[in-house]
Amino acid sequence: MSGRLVLEYWEKWTGFERDAMARVVDDFNNSQDKIFVRFLSVSRIDQKMMLATAGGVPPDVVGLWAINLPSYAENNALMPLDRLVHDAGIHEEDYLPVFWKLCRYRNFLWALPSTPSVTALHWNKKMFREAGLDPEQPPRTIAELESFNEKLTRKNADGSLAQIGHMPQEPGWWMHDFPSWFGGASWDGGTHLLLDATPNRHFFGWLESYPKRFGGPAMFQLRGAFGNFASPDNPFFNGKVAMIMQGVWMNNFIKNYAPARFEYGVAAFPEETEHPGAPMTVAETDILVIPAGAQHPKEAMEFIAFVEKQKNMENLCLGQRKISPLRRVSDEFVKNHSHPYLRTFLELANSPRAQPTLALPTFKEYANDLTTYVNLVLLGRMPAEQARSEMLGRQQKALDAKLARWEQVAPVRVSRWEKEVQP
Amino acid sequence: MTLGERRNLTKGLLFISPWILGFLAFNLYPLIASIWFSLCDYSVLSEPVFLGAQNYVDLWNDPVFWKALRNTVIFAAVAIPLSTSLSIGLAVLLNQPIAGQGIYRTIFFLPSLVPAISLAILWQWMLNGPMGLVNNLIRPFLNIINAVVGSHLQAPDWLNDPNFALGGLILTGLWGTGQAVVIYLAGLQEVPAELYEAAELDGTNAWQRFLHITLPMLSPVIFFNVLMSIIGALQTFAVPYILTGGGDGPGRSLLFLATYIYQNAFDYWNMGYASALALCLFVLIIGLSLVTVHYGEKKVHYSGR
Repeated sequence: MSGRLVLEYWEKWTGFERDAMARVVDDFNNSQDKIFVRFLSVSRIDQKMMLATAGGVPPDVVGLWAINLPSYAENNALMPLDRLVHDAGIHEEDYLPVFWKLCRYRNFLWALPSTPSVTALHWNKKMFREAGLDPEQPPRTIAELESFNEKLTRKNADGSLAQIGHMPQEPGWWMHDFPSWFGGASWDGGTHLLLDATPNRHFFGWLESYPKRFGGPAMFQLRGAFGNFASPDNPFFNGKVAMIMQGVWMNNFIKNYAPARFEYGVAAFPEETEHPGAPMTVAETDILVIPAGAQHPKEAMEFIAFVEKQKNMENLCLGQRKISPLRRVSDEFVKNHSHPYLRTFLELANSPRAQPTLALPTFKEYANDLTTYVNLVLLGRMPAEQARSEMLGRQQKALDAKLARWEQVAPVRVSRWEKEVQP
Repeated sequence: MTLGERRNLTKGLLFISPWILGFLAFNLYPLIASIWFSLCDYSVLSEPVFLGAQNYVDLWNDPVFWKALRNTVIFAAVAIPLSTSLSIGLAVLLNQPIAGQGIYRTIFFLPSLVPAISLAILWQWMLNGPMGLVNNLIRPFLNIINAVVGSHLQAPDWLNDPNFALGGLILTGLWGTGQAVVIYLAGLQEVPAELYEAAELDGTNAWQRFLHITLPMLSPVIFFNVLMSIIGALQTFAVPYILTGGGDGPGRSLLFLATYIYQNAFDYWNMGYASALALCLFVLIIGLSLVTVHYGEKKVHYSGR
């Protein structure tokens, strides 16, 4: 390490995901003798990076989530990477379009993907069989999902739920993306939230149908009995929920915690209207960024470029049991990958209908409010229309305020970024 | 001022200078800065932009702020009398000269040694609707009532039902009464035994002695505990934050002012708005403390005076 330039790299991962990146960092450190990357696993990384950047002592490289990008970019927390990426010989064509799109905001490139994922329906084949359903035929539309749901749901003698076919709040991590499966989006990408649009009305109406059919408190009671996600008591493993939306990492948890011979299937999550041909999915990705004010951006990009090389990226994604964000995937990657449905995930990620997850400058306020209102609707405590319109009122105001602030600083900031990215 | 006095002053100031510096850097400066930030749009990473009173206008029109304030005040109004009565009652019982007194005292004090985070995680399970210990204790009673009256009462889903979540949190708070019990116990040791003897000779019963001797003699300690409890309750953060997994609870029933400040400052990057909220909390704490001191002092009996 002596005589080498030391780069500080903060990541959010722990456990086997951290170990996979640690191996890539070791490979980088062993591949040359000028730079040494010091790798640190950091909890609540988004907040700590913000504070370190505000304090003028940011790390050189940080692993964030793509949903962080808009607010971090607008708040001047990141360095635009267009020139550095170009100089490193990295091109847009190297990546699956949806993941590249997730790294861009306001016409600048702020990050490169590390390990990505797309969401898909996972179903429990044994529960399908017990309910008299064909275990090889997943639902293709929301209507079909709900018809399966009725068949898969079982009640106890006292009326409480013993198991359910599907409930939107399990796991409920992508509530902000659900309008996509109803043919819409949450935001127009500019100044307006789309909570008033038909797809969102349908989405909220769909949520409202749950307490009417299954009982709001009964669903939450059932959910209260669910164990930790990473445990044998995960409701998908122990037969409490038959169909869930999950990502590519789920197979790893199934291998570690589900009962032996657990049978499950993976397919595109059903849409309100069936679209034959290309499947629909929502994509998200972990990203690597260089904070504004970082001391060694050139060297930081050298490290990021190393991670982005096909061989290293595949090592990382194999180690984390995820898919690769790169367009080119080696035969070894497919052969060595332990996921039995890897091809389904690759097909979803490559689909022209793959959509980036919601990347809103007010994402955290939006997601927090959405959780509150969705839970009130699912509990049967608030009509869907009231929840939707209250949410729209609050969140449009928050977005307007954020955009007004952005308009004030945009001329100076954009012109500085443009200078920074000039060759 | 004589030369000696001046020397003494210099030495005194020198000795307390670490505290003065700390106070200036970590108390006074943040307070003044937050007054300024509360008048600005400030995201920490960009320069503050002066907005005037806009944050306060927004706050006045923000139903979530009012909800958080309502939750905070209701929590304080219910939890403080409840925990104060309980801890005084426990202290009086633990003050009785019975065998194993020390063991009982230790048992009641032990739970207050559990850190807030562990406590919250523990109570997440205790208050679990279908599987929690609390509901397992309640259910047999509900079953009896249902059998007798023919009702359909069910044990509450504490952390998922907006009507019960705050109640669940208050229950959680009672876990930590051991600390106050110890202070009350110390206070009870100071009550002169001759007062009880004289009262007994006058033919008083136990309740009269408690009401007319124990409570007045304990009033300075009660006053101190209540004042500290008000300040603590208004700053409630860690336990509800963990209980709700970093959220607001069902229907924002566990959103407290301190949580809302944290969300705005560190999740939403609205440090200006968070500063305005923090100043409101500051004014609320100062105001309630002054009211308590003003009215409480009149009721407190200081035996030394």
